[in-house]
Order: sequence, then C-alpha cells, then structure tokens
Amino acid sequence: MQPKTLKPEEYFVKDEPYYQPVDEEIAVFEAAYAQCLPVLLKGPTGCGKTRFIKYMAWKLKRPLITVSCHDDLTASDLVGRFLISGGETIWIDGPLARAVRHGAICYLDEVVETRKDTTVVIHPLADDRRVLPMEKVGEILEATSKFCLAISYNPGYQSVMKDLKQSTRQRFVALDFDYPNATLETEIIVSETGIDKNTASQLVKFAHMTRDLKGSGLDEGASTRLLVHAAKLIRDGIKPVTACKTAIAQTITDDADMLTAMHELSSSLF
Amino acid sequence: MAHEPLSTEDIIACLDECLEVEFSFVENETPAQAIVKLPRREQDFILNLTRRVAGTNIKLAYQLACHAIRALEAMEQHMVEAWAMTATDHYDRKGLLPAMSVIRDLDSFIDNARKRACGAVFEEQVSVLLPFLHGLSGRKLKLNSADRAYTDTETIYLPPILTTLPEMQENFLLYKATLAHHWAQIQYGTFRVDLIDIYSNDANSEIQLKKFYALEALRLDACIQRELPGLYRDMQMLKQKLNQLDNQHRWQDLQTILSEQHSSVHTSIELVDKVKLEDCPELFCYQGELQLHAVREIMNKRIEREKACFRVALSEVAKETLQQTACDETENTGEPTKGETAMFEIREPDAAQSAFNDGTVELQFEGELVPTSEHIRKLMSSIFVDFGEIPSEHLTAAGPDEYDLSKYEDSKLDPGEVWKDTYHKEGVEIYNEWNVQRQHYHKNWCVLREIDVQPVYDSFYQDTLTKHKGLLKSLRHSFEILRGEDKLLKKQPHGDDIDIDAFVEACGDVLSGMEMPENLFTKIHKEKRNVAVIFMVDMSGSTCGWINQAEKESLILLAEVLEILGDRYAIYGFSGMTRKRCELFKIKTIDEDYDDNVRARISNIKPQDYTRMGVFIRHITRMFNDIEADTKLLITLSDGKPDDYDTYRGEYGVEDTRQSLYEAKQQGIHSFCITLDEKARDYLPHMYGAANYAVIDDVAQLPLKVSDIYRRLTTG
Repeated sequence: MQPKTLKPEEYFVKDEPYYQPVDEEIAVFEAAYAQCLPVLLKGPTGCGKTRFIKYMAWKLKRPLITVSCHDDLTASDLVGRFLISGGETIWIDGPLARAVRHGAICYLDEVVETRKDTTVVIHPLADDRRVLPMEKVGEILEATSKFCLAISYNPGYQSVMKDLKQSTRQRFVALDFDYPNATLETEIIVSETGIDKNTASQLVKFAHMTRDLKGSGLDEGASTRLLVHAAKLIRDGIKPVTACKTAIAQTITDDADMLTAMHELSSSLF
Repeated sequence: MAHEPLSTEDIIACLDECLEVEFSFVENETPAQAIVKLPRREQDFILNLTRRVAGTNIKLAYQLACHAIRALEAMEQHMVEAWAMTATDHYDRKGLLPAMSVIRDLDSFIDNARKRACGAVFEEQVSVLLPFLHGLSGRKLKLNSADRAYTDTETIYLPPILTTLPEMQENFLLYKATLAHHWAQIQYGTFRVDLIDIYSNDANSEIQLKKFYALEALRLDACIQRELPGLYRDMQMLKQKLNQLDNQHRWQDLQTILSEQHSSVHTSIELVDKVKLEDCPELFCYQGELQLHAVREIMNKRIEREKACFRVALSEVAKETLQQTACDETENTGEPTKGETAMFEIREPDAAQSAFNDGTVELQFEGELVPTSEHIRKLMSSIFVDFGEIPSEHLTAAGPDEYDLSKYEDSKLDPGEVWKDTYHKEGVEIYNEWNVQRQHYHKNWCVLREIDVQPVYDSFYQDTLTKHKGLLKSLRHSFEILRGEDKLLKKQPHGDDIDIDAFVEACGDVLSGMEMPENLFTKIHKEKRNVAVIFMVDMSGSTCGWINQAEKESLILLAEVLEILGDRYAIYGFSGMTRKRCELFKIKTIDEDYDDNVRARISNIKPQDYTRMGVFIRHITRMFNDIEADTKLLITLSDGKPDDYDTYRGEYGVEDTRQSLYEAKQQGIHSFCITLDEKARDYLPHMYGAANYAVIDDVAQLPLKVSDIYRRLTTG
C-alpha cells in the first residue's frame, strides 16, 4: 500500500480514536473551543495528551495540524517564509498560518522546547485578538471561530531554563492530565491491544512500581504509552518479562543497577 | 626479559630499608628465607606490598611479610592485596591490634574470600535491592545490614553476606525473597496487633510465638503469591533447593485457610492453638527473625507522629475548603467557625484499586471529595499500612495549637558548633582519601562540613568597584563580546529569510547565463553558553593580609562580569584542620542570585587554618553531579601547596589532590588552578596538568588575571 500524501490542512481524523475520558476534559475542551479560548494540556509523557487532541479533532471535525516543537524552531517555521522559485520569491505559509487560514486545530506539542522568543508569536492568537501578524508580508491573518490553538507541556521534567512564561501560560485554559487510575489504565491497555485483563493488570502494577521509583533513581515512571507497547509485544508472543525490559525498562533508564532492579520487579510480577 | 630472582641478602636489605630495621629492630631473616624461594615476580609483589603497608605501620608490614607466602599459595595476587588493604583499613578505623588479627587470621580471610566468590554481598547488591524495595508499594522503607534479617517496620535489615546456596545468583534470590518477606510483614499487617502483649503472658510464649511465626509465613507467602507470582515461584524454588517444601506440605489444611484473601494476622493467631509444636516446621530460609521490641518502639513513635501530621494537614484542608465554599456562596468572609470540629470521611477504593493494597483511599469532606496533596497521600498510605484502614480518630482535623509539630522533627546540630561541645558527625559528608604510599584509599577518612558564612554589610563592595572602576569597564566590555548572541549568517543553503544581496547577485548570474547559486538564505545562528563553574577559594591562614584582600576583590569583579555572561557559578571557601575538620564555606551556591547577601559574604571571607584540598575537590565533584551543564569547570584560587596540621604536608597531600582531580576529570569536570605561589611550577603541573594552571607573580594583578583567565578558559 502506498503511503498517502496530504497537505496539513487536509488531515482530518476520520475514524474515532480510542479515548477513555478521565474527568471532564472533553466537556471543558468543547466549551473552550466554542468560546474561542486556547487550551493548554499539561501532564507527564505518554499519559494521553496527544491522543486526547486527536480525539477532539475527530469530535469537532476539524483538521489537526501538529507541530513537534524543538529548540531550533523559529518564528518563521511557524508563520511562514519566502522561498525562491523560478527566479522569484514566493511566500509559503507555516503550519500556524495554515491552521488559521483553514480553521484547523493547531497543536504545538512540547511547546517549552522552543525558545522563548519563538513562543511569543502565538500570543496575539491566544488572546481576544485572535490574529496572526505576518510581518514579512505585511499582513494580519484573522482567525475564524473554527480555529483552535492547543499547546502541551510536561511540567515534570522541564528545567527552570525551559519553563513556560507566565505571559504565555496565562492566555490558556489549562487541562491537567495524569496517568489514569489502575482500573481505567487496565481497560485502556485491554482495548488498545487486546491482551487479557490479568496480564494488563500486572502491567499496570509494574507501571505503578516504576512510578514509585520516580525521584529515587528514575526521572519518570512508565507511561501508559509504554504499557501499550509492552502489551503489544506480549500479544505478539514475547514473554512478559522480556516485554517489560525492552518496551519499558530500557526506554526509561540507562542505569545498570536500576535496570536490574526493574527486571527483578517485573520478574516478581510475572 | 625476566629478571633474576633476588638473593636472601637482597631481600633482607630491601626489608631492612622499608621496615626501618635500625629503629624497629625486627628480624628480617625468617621472612627473607621464605621469600627467596619464590620467582622474581612474586618476590617483587610481596616486597612492594610490604613497602606499601609499611607506610601505615611497620609492625603490620612485618607481619604481612611473614604471612604473605602462605597467602599467595592460597589466593590470587589481587586477593592478597585485598587482604593487606583490609588490614590497613582496620588499622585506620580500629587500631593496630585488630589490624594485626586480620593478618594473623589469614585462614578466616581465605574462608571469607571463598564464600564471597559464590555468595551475595549486601554492599554489592544494595544498589539493586533498594530500588526493588522502593518499587514495591507502601511506605518508603530503608535498607540496612545487620547480623540477622528482621524489620522494625521502617528499615529492613539483611545479613551482610548470604552464602546459604552454592551459586551467587541463588544467594541474590535469597536476598530478594528475604526482602519481600519482610516487606510483606509490614504491608500485610503482621504488626497490626501487639504480639508482645499476646505472647508475653503465656508460660509457653516462646513456643506460641514460634508457631505463630511459622503460620504467619504461610499467610504472607499466599499474599506474595497473589501480588508477586513470579517472586513466589522463586521462593518455592529456593525452598525446594533447601528441602523446606516438606515443612509447608505438612500444614496443607492450615495453608488453605491462611491463603484465603480475607485472612489476616488474626487468622494466624487463631490457628496457633490448633497446631502441635512437634508439627511446627523450621523457619523458611528467608524468614529472618522477629524483633518485636524494636517494632513496638518504632511503630509507637511513628503512629503518634503521623497522627499529628495528618490531623494538622486535615485542618489546613478543612480551612481551605471552607474558605472556598464561603467565597463561592457569599461575599462574606470564609473563616470557619471557631470551635467547630472538621470531620473527614474515607471513600473506599473500588475492588480493582484495592487489589493494589497500597492505601489508595480518597478523602471526603462535607460529602465532597477533596484533593489531597502528595504529603497527605504519603501519610495516608503509611497509616493504612499500620492499621489496615484510616482510624476514625485520625479523621478529625486538629484544633488550633493542638499539636506542636516541631517536636517530631529531627533535631539538627549546627555544623559550626562541632567543636564547641561534644564532637558530632551530624550533617557531615565523609570522603575517602588517597594514600600514595599505600596506593590505596583511606576509607571514610575525611569529615567535611558545609559552613554558612555570615554576611558583613560594609563598604567593601563599593570600595572595590571604585578602586577597579577602569578595570571593571574594560572587563565588562570584553565579557559582553563573549555573551552568547544570535548571529545572522548570510549565503546559507537553507534559512529563515532570503539574503537579498545574494539573491540580486544570483539574478545577475542567471541573466548572464550562469547557473542559479544555492546559497541564497540568511539564517540565525544561536550561540548558547551552557557553562557551570565552581570557584574554590583558599581560606587558609597563609592568605592573611594582601592575598585575602586580592582574592575578595577578584571574586567581586568576577561575579560582576559573570552576571553579564549568564554562566551559572558558585563560590566556596575551603579550610580546616586535620581530616576530622574540613570546612567548606558557602559564599554563593550555584542557583543563588548574586545579591547583597552574596556580596556581604564575600566581604567576610577570612583566613582560617589549613588547606587539605582533596576532600573539597571530591565534595565539589559530587556537587557537579547534580548540575546539568555542557561545560563544568572547577577553578581553585590558592596561594600554596596542599597542607594540613597532620601528615597531609608534602608528597601525601600533593598526590591526594592529584588523585581527587583525576576523579573529577573522570566525571567530566575541567579543573584549573590560579595560584600566587611562585614555587607552584614545581608541583602544579603534576597535580593539574601542564596547561591547567596559572601562576600570578603580583598579588595586585589577581583581580584582573582571574577574570581574564576565566574568559580564556571558556571560549573556544
């Protein structure tokens, strides 16, 4: 099968993504969207922020434009830039401008990874002005009510150098995400992978063990995403202890003693 | 080419020299006659080891020379070396007699060495066992070593070495099983009843307790089987290897009762009278022993402390909730009515949650769920472990001034007052020190304390700025140039914007028939400095006067210009007297702002005692481990060689400092020394390396030079 090529604004989520609500996040997002308020998703890695935004894009029937932020991302990368074609300059919209123009959901993932001078370009879009100034072409792009700005960040592992500025964060409606409770997390793993409930429950127990080690040698515990990876490997015939080692332990630490301890924990469980 | 073996005379001469026979009057002929029979390589090994130990104690070295041949016959060379170093460690910690007994009791050392080869050693396994323990749910327990395995409900004690089984891996599994068993005692409520009360009044109390302990082990095994089935299999395997499964099978019926999910410590107690002593199985290999008095003491203290902390925390929650409700409902003030007792309730977890058995219960106040902080959750989890529930008397919020929480805090002794009263080691850091002659570390040798420097708010800062006004201006200028700023790069193949000059040029080229060049863009190149530097300032007595003044001025100027660069920096002074009093003076920590307090502390830098450098370098190396930076730099400002009141002077001090710098280098720390000692060229290249030091001849030049050297060091 050939991979499909789409323009960013043509990316509609057609099939309903699996998403288990934890709290009132769906209702809050819908209300924020209706009121043209931007949304900030906070939470540890792999807890379902990206899945949630995909679900909301499907529910609201808007195209989803995702930008994975990094420290080399410039304002031009978001807004747009001139290119040269046939000896002439032509303007190409960046993902943010495209999202505004087409009334899409623009999702800036891990926004604190960008430099602070880049983050400020979203400010006029994130308050009641709802405009994107495009200085290089001398235009201002006004967002319609269909456009939505959403950003995400993980408050857990950011350094002080990469904290989100107050002037940025105080423009958003914030939704706090965390790992789901054990019952829900087990249910998610069963639904996502089709493994039996007992194995899923043991995987969740293992995740809790690693989360208890946060701050005692681990920066982060195992995320729901990693549990899903491990469960998929198990469903494919890999032994649970091996799956825990390769899909979870090895991905969250390189420390030899910690890896051994995690191996001992998983072999105690399975 | 192999050298010829040494003759008896050669060996006697060598031993005479290193054992200082003129003063010690030891008789070297007997060991020499034994050593002479060995090949040259082994002769050299023994003589070298004797020389190293002689640096510590002559008598010890002589004993070593006498016993070394037998040791070499029984062990590999590295184990013989370990035997000698164990003896010197004993000498350091306990004195000559215990050290001598290590040498003389060679058989015991050999026996232990054999055991260690197949046994599991606590010290080596603790780095795995501790996170394993923390991964298991419940209270965050500590781990320590003791002669027998037991727990006091806050710490689990394990034997220093396990050699029960023939393979190291199996012995490690035994550690793991012992750990899990004692964790299960705490987690599944063995101590939720006062066993001393139950079993102390009975004439057969010992027998009854023994029966209880055997039954309880079966109950806990069943809990482990439910929670950690993999570990349970390992435990069964261990029992099988040690023929302990028969014990278990003898009590099959009881085991069925004890394995039921709702069975508790009361079930075990009830069954005690139903079993006969002769049927009572021996302890399982992982059971350890009960230390009920230790349990009672620790539990009583904890229960009282946690109840107080929990109830005080609840009163805070109640206050916040009531204020919030009042704000929501009326415009009036939301102060809770005084005298009213706030009662909380517990919402039990659902069945799936409770399977985790970690006390994940939720708090309700006035019918509404209330958010709980990490602190409250930890307390609830610990209380839940002790009682199996949150007792109702815990759920009443504390009244005003009902508790004084300060009495539950650990009292901390002031490190600065160590010499004022009884010598104490509270709040200290202990470090090894390198003994060049022994070619080995003195273990846990130096005692380091961090001391706060009292700020002195005088005119020193302003005076320094005025005095060095011109110099500061030029330093600022040169540091501003260094500041990481974005540079616009032109003619780039990719970039944010079009380079108009290049584009116009390219259009001209195209019109004249040439190919369009590719480099038509501008790009912002972001320079980032990620430097962390710690300045270690010599505060020894020899810096008194001009040197101290120049050091302080240098630090002020340096701090002024470092603020421009944005590099993270810390300043510590160091001094001390003997290995037991090494003092690191905190002037500015790495995350502290450069403010009036820091300036006032710099102003109060005063000469103290001696310069025992190695321990400070090791401490700062440890500090650097917690600092994330691409470049880590340790700059020492000094006026002379490492020196101390005791044996640190001379080669010993230089070599220890060199070793500590080597350790720092292995951790990715660049070290540099700026010194005012004109003779430093004789020893600094050996310590820091040929290019990592600077000698300042003129004290007055120090303020300029320090900043200048820093600028050079941190630019490419």
